[in-house]
Amino acid sequence: MSASVQQPATDHVQVAPVSQARVVRSEWIKMRSLRSTTLTLLAAVIAMIALAWLVGWATNAHWNHMDPGERATFNPIDRSLAGVNLAQLAIGVLGVLLISGEYATGMIRATLSAVPRRLPVLWAKAGLYAAVTFVLMLVSSFIAFVVGQHFLASHGTTLGAPHSWRAIVGTAAYLTLIAVMAVAFGFAIRSTAGGIAALFGLLLVLPGVGQLLPSDWQTHTLPYLPNNAGSALHSARPDPNALSPGMGLLVLVIWVVLALAGAAFLLKRRDA
Amino acid sequence: MIEAVGLTKKYGDKVAVRDLTFRIRPGIVTGFLGPNGAGKSTTMRLILGLDAPTAGSVTVDGLPYAAHPMPLKVVGAVLEARAVHTSRSAYNHLKALAATHGIPDSRVADVIDMVGLHEVARKRAGGFSLGMGQRLGLASALLADPSTLILDEPVNGLDPEGIRWIRDLLKALAAEGRTVFVSSHLMSEMALTAEHVIVVGRGRLMADMPMADLIARASTNVVTVRSPQLADLAAALAGPDVTITGADGRIDVAGLSPAQIGDTARDLGISLHELTPKQASLEEAFMDMTRDEIEFHAASAAPVEEAGSPT
Repeated sequence: MSASVQQPATDHVQVAPVSQARVVRSEWIKMRSLRSTTLTLLAAVIAMIALAWLVGWATNAHWNHMDPGERATFNPIDRSLAGVNLAQLAIGVLGVLLISGEYATGMIRATLSAVPRRLPVLWAKAGLYAAVTFVLMLVSSFIAFVVGQHFLASHGTTLGAPHSWRAIVGTAAYLTLIAVMAVAFGFAIRSTAGGIAALFGLLLVLPGVGQLLPSDWQTHTLPYLPNNAGSALHSARPDPNALSPGMGLLVLVIWVVLALAGAAFLLKRRDA
Repeated sequence: MIEAVGLTKKYGDKVAVRDLTFRIRPGIVTGFLGPNGAGKSTTMRLILGLDAPTAGSVTVDGLPYAAHPMPLKVVGAVLEARAVHTSRSAYNHLKALAATHGIPDSRVADVIDMVGLHEVARKRAGGFSLGMGQRLGLASALLADPSTLILDEPVNGLDPEGIRWIRDLLKALAAEGRTVFVSSHLMSEMALTAEHVIVVGRGRLMADMPMADLIARASTNVVTVRSPQLADLAAALAGPDVTITGADGRIDVAGLSPAQIGDTARDLGISLHELTPKQASLEEAFMDMTRDEIEFHAASAAPVEEAGSPT
């Protein structure tokens, strides 16, 4: 390293006002320049496609040993998109990590010094991560569907079948909304462990706890939990108590908007 | 120009900064001194809007920091705690910050060269030494060519060459008409760098004066004298306003200048082996000023934490 003193160039440093578009560009550079981002997104893609292949092959191979009840609930579309459960783990963890990683390393102080109005950072991170997730997961769901049907062979179905496209796009939409929710949880909770625990507590644990409620309460509450609302959105053959796909989407969007509002309030209000 | 008026920050019931009012002028380096927990880091976080004041306000160039459309052009800051993602390269870190203000990549390359990080710019910032981390912090601070620089303990972890480099750089930046506000616990370092000084103790303003005045104010004017005829000299120097202490061929004289003592010795034909004015160091001046606060601090059952890391 050179220790020579160089005068800072005072002339012609081109500087422009902070704008939402510039903050998005900055966040895009940040997202691309961490290897963990690429690796985790790759894990989500592999989970979608590899599981379609594995489940398709296994189902076909064991078809003759399946009991009638199992065959009755079998749905080739949902079978090929089973990777959504694994992919949501990767997408959720990365969404929290994109923010908690900044708090853990102190990067957030640099981020908020450059954008002291703060909220543009939340919108940029949530928007970018949603866009990246939607594009990647739409392609992955489509490939998973095709791969899954191929390996299900005679038990598979086609893109032209009812619900096929809704399930593919619904899966991508569900994972995208989970991505935004994860970013909101990251900003609200700020620690990696806490953020991930809270997110998956809501997504995976709460539906199980809900089973302990009296059964006539369950029908009025459980379908509105984010995971079950998401199921209604992307399952070709949803649970009988589930909401309609459109209603599932609406409920999930409301959850995400509430999480974002809470995150925005806390980000604006708390000391960094 | 940084202006604080009645600036107060409480974390819970602990007061980190209490009713600070000061004005930091452009064109000179202003030092910010105080023992640990005095509220230096908190004050800097308040200036940058990272923390919100409990009461009072602080502005940079007439506006709260967050109200400026180009904040990095107004203030470049190097806070004590590192503010870099450890897994990202220095180059990408600076590029991401530059993008928020539409600063071109050529400027990123310029500041990397300016702080001497060229060889390691593509490496993970997590592997940087403390000194390299400080240089990277400085590179981000200089990115938008700001009119004000705020540095929290900038010489921490630098080797002597690096310390001299920072000192010269800060003076050069101030000479260009910028506002330079630097905290340090190294009083001797401040004496060489800062022209003006603000002293805080337990979140309170203790002094706001030129550095020379701070040293002079606590100066005790003691002169150490050695001579083979010490007893004779001591007798000749004695007077109503003069205090003489010491033995073993050496006395400390308070109340007379070295010139007066030397002239007296010459008049009596007494030879002098030593005549040393003991200038109060900045450390001593600072200790004098904050002694009460520190004692109170030590006796307090609930010591105030170093307020820079309230989490």
